[in-house]
Amino acid sequence: MSGLILPRRRLIARAGGLVAAAGTLPLLSGCDAINEAPAVRKILSMGEEMNRASQRALMDRDALAREFTRADLSPTFRSNGTKLPPGAAYAAHAAGGFADWRVEVTGLVARPLSLSMADIRAMPQRTQITRHDCVEGWSAIGQWTGPQLSHVLAAAGVRDSARYIVFRCADRIGGDLYYESCDMVDALHPQTIMAWALNDAVLPIANGAPLRLRIERQLGYKHAKYLTDIQAVASLDAIGAGKGGYWEDRIDYEWYAGI
Amino acid sequence: MAEAETPVAPSEGASPVRVYRHRLPARIWHWVNALTLLVLLMSGLMIFNAHPRLYWGQYGANPDYAWLAVGSTPKTGFLRIGETRIETTGVLGRWTDAKGVEQTWAFPGWATIPTTYSLADGRRWHLLFAWVLAISLTLYMLWSLFGGHLKRDLHVRRAEWSPRHIWHDVKDHAQLRFPKGEAAAHYHILQKLSYIGVIFVLLPLMIATGLTMSPGMNASTPWLLDLFGGRQSARSIHFIVAWLLVAFFLVHIAMVLLAGPVNEVRSMITGWFRLPPERKAGR
Repeated sequence: MSGLILPRRRLIARAGGLVAAAGTLPLLSGCDAINEAPAVRKILSMGEEMNRASQRALMDRDALAREFTRADLSPTFRSNGTKLPPGAAYAAHAAGGFADWRVEVTGLVARPLSLSMADIRAMPQRTQITRHDCVEGWSAIGQWTGPQLSHVLAAAGVRDSARYIVFRCADRIGGDLYYESCDMVDALHPQTIMAWALNDAVLPIANGAPLRLRIERQLGYKHAKYLTDIQAVASLDAIGAGKGGYWEDRIDYEWYAGI
Repeated sequence: MAEAETPVAPSEGASPVRVYRHRLPARIWHWVNALTLLVLLMSGLMIFNAHPRLYWGQYGANPDYAWLAVGSTPKTGFLRIGETRIETTGVLGRWTDAKGVEQTWAFPGWATIPTTYSLADGRRWHLLFAWVLAISLTLYMLWSLFGGHLKRDLHVRRAEWSPRHIWHDVKDHAQLRFPKGEAAAHYHILQKLSYIGVIFVLLPLMIATGLTMSPGMNASTPWLLDLFGGRQSARSIHFIVAWLLVAFFLVHIAMVLLAGPVNEVRSMITGWFRLPPERKAGR
């Protein structure tokens, strides 16, 4: 105990210094300094791991997101993020009805695939009416149609060493192409589909035409739009800055977005 | 602090001067919970800023009718509840930040964590401290139940339920007349009801409505959606109950100030409460 006792004068001098420091710094920037501190960031990220681990433990691997009826559809399905990918290449695809659009399936697969939209529409289809939850807080209910990702991965012969699926997109935000990823539980989930139709119509450009991902048990930013590449990988370390997604790498959104 | 003074144990008959009113688990939970709720409120307001509109039902986005919205016009900020619009320039929807820059986020920087807009960071704080809230509340409930706190201190006795008794307590409070002597050592009926309401109704509601907003929980626990009538209803209830907790906090602080802040705060730190002297006869 005695080792902890500082001479009173030194203690007072220290306290005075602290008060002076606090006085010169506005209180608010002091709070933000806590938010920025690396040790605090580390503690804060524990929440994500606790959420991921507990939800995975509570949730059946194939537990379904709620499916609604046509009566529950949002009158207008809001779009978010990129509403029109910039660039002549995408504009040309759109003008041609996406007839030449290809989705490459690569990485840890036995048979890399290059799928046209016709190939994708020829696969067994799943239609589901689900709720889309944006990380911002709003929700919209829409009906989605497309093949299950598990079907595509099976066709490509995904290897056992694959632990994540990375999705690359044709839209640039701030100059960089968008990308996202999920683990194999979500990749093989029955409701994880590559949707090319929304509410019985061809997917609008604002919602990700010609093809977007649906990962129904996670928030909207995981649902990659304008899909061009599906890549099976063993680790996310080499993807972007290593956190597995565009917003994860840039502003520290959670990679696990189940809450 | 407590060791320096001679503790006087409460005894039957004699009117004790000091009583041991709050046991250690209650004191620890009180302060942990106070900090946790502050962080959850301020980070929650940051999350609200990302989409300052509330809806009823399963879905709700910008094209849909919001029963509550915070917004801005080129010159003003406003809060709209139903069809009632209140100008809130300077506080909600349009305010000036610490650097003197006008902002149009719903809640101002002094009320949010962090102070400048970051949905990502607001969520990190909120979703970590939600665990602190849930774990500490569960432990506190178990301790209250099995440690006798519930039965001894919070249990509302039959006589206390009588409308006359409740009305009497309401009148006493309205006249700022607080219990003195031995009576001050126990919670009175309004205090019991508000503490029970916070611990067993409002805080569990916050946790349940919070979980109902999670798409992962919706898959594993779909009945939560039915309980609250949809994700957007749960979000609205979450917001309303947050303000009920703020209302509890304001009344709680007012009561502490009126009843003697030093004695009250000290008792929540050391456990020992000094009984206010009995009133003179003939009140």
